[in-house]
Amino acid sequence: MALYSDKVMDHFQNPRNVGKMEDADGVGEVGNAKCGDIMRMYIKVDPATQVITDVKFNTFGCGSAIASSSMATEMIKGKSIHEALKLSNKAVAEALDGLPAHKMHCSVLAEEAVRAAVKDYYDRTGQAYDPAELACDGHCESCGHEH
Amino acid sequence: MNVYADNAATTAVSDTALAAMLPCFQEIYGNPSSLHSPGQRAAERLAAARETFARRLGGDPREITFTSGGSEADNQALRSAAALGARKGKKHIISTEFEHHAILHTLEALEKAGYEVTLLDIPPDGVVTAEQVKDALRPDTCLVSVMFANNEIGTIQPIPEIGRVCREAGVLFHTDAVQAAGHLPIDVQAMDIDLLSLSAHKFHGPKGVGVLYARKGIPLVNVIYGGAQERGKRAGTENIPGICGAAAAFEEACANLEKNAAYLEPLRDKLIAGLTAIPHTVLNGDPKRRLPGNVNVCFEGIEGESLLLLLDGKGIAASSGSACTSGSLDPSHVLLALGRPHEVAHGSLRLSLCEYNTPEEIDYILAEVPGIVSYLREMSPVWDELEQGKRPHLI
Repeated sequence: MALYSDKVMDHFQNPRNVGKMEDADGVGEVGNAKCGDIMRMYIKVDPATQVITDVKFNTFGCGSAIASSSMATEMIKGKSIHEALKLSNKAVAEALDGLPAHKMHCSVLAEEAVRAAVKDYYDRTGQAYDPAELACDGHCESCGHEH
Repeated sequence: MNVYADNAATTAVSDTALAAMLPCFQEIYGNPSSLHSPGQRAAERLAAARETFARRLGGDPREITFTSGGSEADNQALRSAAALGARKGKKHIISTEFEHHAILHTLEALEKAGYEVTLLDIPPDGVVTAEQVKDALRPDTCLVSVMFANNEIGTIQPIPEIGRVCREAGVLFHTDAVQAAGHLPIDVQAMDIDLLSLSAHKFHGPKGVGVLYARKGIPLVNVIYGGAQERGKRAGTENIPGICGAAAAFEEACANLEKNAAYLEPLRDKLIAGLTAIPHTVLNGDPKRRLPGNVNVCFEGIEGESLLLLLDGKGIAASSGSACTSGSLDPSHVLLALGRPHEVAHGSLRLSLCEYNTPEEIDYILAEVPGIVSYLREMSPVWDELEQGKRPHLI
């Protein structure tokens, strides 16, 4: 189907880092099954370096949701959590060689899933954080969760 | 293996239909409105095609109007009946929640123009009843429009019973028979049908040709204005190749209707049995009162678009009522009308067969689908929660 770029199809058909992580240091879940998209992201963080050493995801959603999740995990693996928080939905979409306009929310969901996982890590480890850094920017119209 | 299982979306043009079309491009290319011989030869083909549809539907050739497709026929049928109603001060229309958008969106336009519309609820089996229609009738009802068979879940509506209720009440009855024509027996006289729409490309005819049957005495209002074609009710030079192909396809489909149904029903039932054996899978619509080739199921915990993409990767062409495939945020209005929750409706799969599908193809589908469903469920956080009891199973 020419709806998606080859990159999207590759990440959809061969998703990287897919699966559950039982001993995750942070887990973030965004989206809403009612709307047809849920992403759950698991991160493993080295407490000394604050580097994300492993990432996994589970996604319920369309091809671009699965591809966006896969790409986002690749983009934050091995990065510090501060760098991971800088991941934008645009960067995810660009790395996938673009998404159809009505699928851009999938990349937003991926960005939000990363933030939600980092926030969970901060909460679990009792670390203070700047709420602005983790604020949901509210431009996801599809996910249905409270902004 | 490549399996085309999306025949409710469109079909391949049959050899018979193609053979009827081909001479109309370079031999019989005259304009049927022209006085000269080439034009008259085209006019003869047009008349013969009209006669075929009239005969197979049980009507008169003068009651047949060729359109650009099912949507145009639906638009014109509803607008015509509404205009006739308004002349008598009747501006109430009854239809159903799960009609095609060609009906629903025309009704919305009519509502804005001052009509009142009652949409009947859809029972869980996907079959509305004549009693529902009867109960909704009002003194100012001018039209009842109920589809012959649903395009997504394939359920067959009690058309003769609804026709009788309407006839007794003196209310016009329209049926959108786009999915039924060429697949189910239709007789506009016996079924008390006043207006009927059909589309050629659903029964191995070409795209871009529709038919509106309108009983004698029902004045049609124009959707397209211009020349005097189709008794002045549908302007534009007739699509002679398309119309000839449509008539040949309809003749062939009607002649083979029982044979095709007898062939398809066991294949359909095998697919239904095999797919519903997958845990937490439900069939949408009555198992028997459905089109011979229609299968529509919901798989819990997965989303339809990703399912379609993976099936496509295996060479299987199907469709889904998932929001992601429609470009809107809501899943299929048909599945919602049937009472499926949003999260379940997102995981729907429609397989629509035709007589070109083989038993081997059915086996191939049944061999591939369970693995793909399991794979997507393994990846799905929704399925994870369902399995762990954190979320109740809905099906």
